Amino acid sequence: MAAYIAQNRVEMFSRSNDMVPNWENQEVSTGTTIMAVEFDGGVVIGADSRTTTGAYIANRVTDKLTPIHDHIFCCRSGSAADTQAIADAVSYQLGFHSIELDEPPLVQTAANLFKQMCYRYREELMAGIIVAGWDKRRGGQVYTVPMGGMLVRQPVSVGGSGSSYIYGFVDSNYRTGMTKEECLRFTAEALALAMERDGSSGGVARLAAITEAGLERTVILGNQLPTFFNA
Amino acid sequence: MLEESPSQLEGLSDEVKTGTTIIAIAFQGGVVLGSDSRVSAGEAVVNRVMNKLSPLHDKIYCALSGSAADAQTMAEIVNYQLDVHSIEVGEDPLVRSAATLVKNISYKYKEELSAHLIVAGWDRRGGGQVYVTLDGLLSKQPFAIGGSGSSYIYGFVDAEYRKGMSRRECQEFVVNALTLAMGRDGSSGGVAYVVTIDQDGAEEKCILGNKLPIFFDE
Repeated sequence: MAAYIAQNRVEMFSRSNDMVPNWENQEVSTGTTIMAVEFDGGVVIGADSRTTTGAYIANRVTDKLTPIHDHIFCCRSGSAADTQAIADAVSYQLGFHSIELDEPPLVQTAANLFKQMCYRYREELMAGIIVAGWDKRRGGQVYTVPMGGMLVRQPVSVGGSGSSYIYGFVDSNYRTGMTKEECLRFTAEALALAMERDGSSGGVARLAAITEAGLERTVILGNQLPTFFNA
Repeated sequence: MLEESPSQLEGLSDEVKTGTTIIAIAFQGGVVLGSDSRVSAGEAVVNRVMNKLSPLHDKIYCALSGSAADAQTMAEIVNYQLDVHSIEVGEDPLVRSAATLVKNISYKYKEELSAHLIVAGWDRRGGGQVYVTLDGLLSKQPFAIGGSGSSYIYGFVDAEYRKGMSRRECQEFVVNALTLAMGRDGSSGGVAYVVTIDQDGAEEKCILGNKLPIFFDE
């Protein structure tokens, strides 16, 4: 808390007029909370819906769950422009690859395409991406490609600025062998907690469950989010 | 992450910090305080068994975080001021008095100091109380977390805290929260120190690393 307050004070001294907000010059970022969980038969992914330019919320109903292919999605965090551009490029490459193969692509392939791009252009990009989906070979999978361009598969992964606040909750509440409904509930609770504490996360919670059968998307509006104690 | 890696010599000039996790929670009849035990200077751990729960009086403790020197000095000064005050008043000091003394130093020297103390204890008037003195404010709360490791457990404490927890439940809450934070924060670690204060006095406990609870580890 102190760190955020201190930073704001420093910024205000350097602006010519304290009264005028500085959001025109700030980069658009999805300071955000994203999360993905594997279960037997698929994955559940979730994200908040806030896009900010500095202190201004440019979009309060953003959709950060982006389809890359029929059964593969990515959750985007970091610079909105960078992640949109990367997702577009990878969707194109994956679509092409899938036609060549004449088969639905593997989640691992999509994840590797993200990794190659994020690693090669690591100095220029600011992107933290979680790739999740279902394929016939390995079922539900979650791969995380944080800033810097590493790639690792994890049963559950969180990302974005709000993720720091929910590491403890996720570590203590995750169990292997959860059902799809339990995963949806777990993700909704974790997102609600992060959105409550992180100023750059908020709005609605978007969830999606990806299985062999396809995709199910839900939106949980702000007043319907799970509530917890607030000190 | 985006900055260049520091040369080895820079470690010598890095300030000694208790990058840390501290927590305090009040229950009916007392408080429980907890902290980790790691003190770092840059990347090196200079003390892996430091007790960051410092007594300000018999039944009032404070938990230290931030710069080790600043925090220790603040605690010592307030300890002295509180001793004088309790002699003048002729009885045990209030927790609020101790917290106010800490807050006064935090606020007056807020540009020079970089330490945050959580003050918690028991007194006859208000029972168990927890006060936050971050950046020079004073706020009484049912529980408080602080230090670099606290970021990772905001979600956990928000979800798990309930009003009216018993002494035992509070102790478990503190140990679980510390363990989770130590698991994720590189600047927190070592052993867990837990102090329980009630009207009979303060009971200190040290829980070694291998006796801490185990959570899911990816």
